[in-house]
Amino acid sequence: MSGLLAGKRLLVTGVITDQSIAFSVARIAQEQGATVVLTGFGRMSLVERIAKRLPAEAPVIELDVTNAEHLAGLAGKVQSTVDGLDGVVHSIAYAPQSCLGGGFLDAPWEDVAQAIQVSTYSYKSLAVACLPLMKQGGSVVGLTFDATKAWPVYDWMGVAKAGLESANRYLALHLGKQGIRSNLVSAGPLRTMAARSIPGFEQFEDAWAERAPLGWSLTDQEPAARAVLALLSDWFPATTGEVVHVDGGYHALGA
Amino acid sequence: MTTRDEITAGLSEILEEVAGVNPDDVAEDKSFTDDLDVDSLSMVEVVVAAEEKFSVKIPDDEVQNLKTVGDAVTYIQKASA
Ligand SMILES: NC(=O)c1ccc[n+]([C@@H]2O[C@H](COP(=O)([O-])OP(=O)(O)OC[C@H]3O[C@@H](n4cnc5c(N)ncnc54)[C@H](O)[C@@H]3O)[C@@H](O)[C@H]2O)c1
Repeated sequence: MSGLLAGKRLLVTGVITDQSIAFSVARIAQEQGATVVLTGFGRMSLVERIAKRLPAEAPVIELDVTNAEHLAGLAGKVQSTVDGLDGVVHSIAYAPQSCLGGGFLDAPWEDVAQAIQVSTYSYKSLAVACLPLMKQGGSVVGLTFDATKAWPVYDWMGVAKAGLESANRYLALHLGKQGIRSNLVSAGPLRTMAARSIPGFEQFEDAWAERAPLGWSLTDQEPAARAVLALLSDWFPATTGEVVHVDGGYHALGA
Repeated sequence: MTTRDEITAGLSEILEEVAGVNPDDVAEDKSFTDDLDVDSLSMVEVVVAAEEKFSVKIPDDEVQNLKTVGDAVTYIQKASA
């Protein structure tokens, strides 16, 4: 098998539809020679249907990142399909409706706490759960939405992403001794299920497509997926704690 | 060519399997959300299963126009013609 990821064994979370960023990650990873294991949350029958649309059908393990039993059992379940992991992809985010769409000042702590548990803390939980299967050269990659700025309607998800970007640096710090890297891809807006559930998300869309120096497609997950795979490959061996922008260059602009 | 009744019957099987809808309740004038209580994530799975069963592609932008079973039948019949 040849390709950028020949022989790599990857765990990919976050597939729910074929528009999921994780679906493009899994598809292109297989095309590049990787063996892919998926995890699914909640609606397992849907994830299993979508898994059949990959070039090679991938096994699906159930994982709710807020469920301690799921996390504790993950490595064992992965090991029954592959003998180790070279890379882990975190493509998971969730916030209750109160946290999004302009409700910043009113969202109750319980809801905010859930957003942070699923979207921030889980990056660490997932990495730690997979650690027994990883060795020197391993790579963990997550997805963020530029958290250095306050966006309209993104509200507490923006705060959760700021935490994720910080957790990424701390994970880099704590996994560095074992030779394992941690990086994020900061993607521009894409029309996935997560994005559709944010009321008013269209507000970003037009501006992005018009202003990004390279332009931006709201329906093409491939650029973000390719960057995830590049970070999983052996071609960023000394890069960790980094955030790579895949946004058509939008983040680089002032007014 | 698949008839409207055949497509309705196929959709009814999918609705039962995916969302637990009683096949007796399924008719062309029924709304997925209001009459059959299909929530949005179940609807996503219904669409995926229908794409597979009828070998058609139902784009996301189209899904929001499929309010009733009849709308879906019309779309699937046109797309598979
Ligand atoms: N779509 C965008 O515009 C955009 C932009 C930048 C970053 N991102 C990030 O990309 C990642 C993937 O999102 P997407 O846009 O592909 O949407 P998506 O809806 O396809 O994926 C979100 C995933 O999170 C999973 N999830 C939610 N709660 C979970 C839990 N408790 N345990 C395990 N999994 C859970 C869902 O099952 C789903 O698969 C997210 O981190 C998102 O914030 C998205």
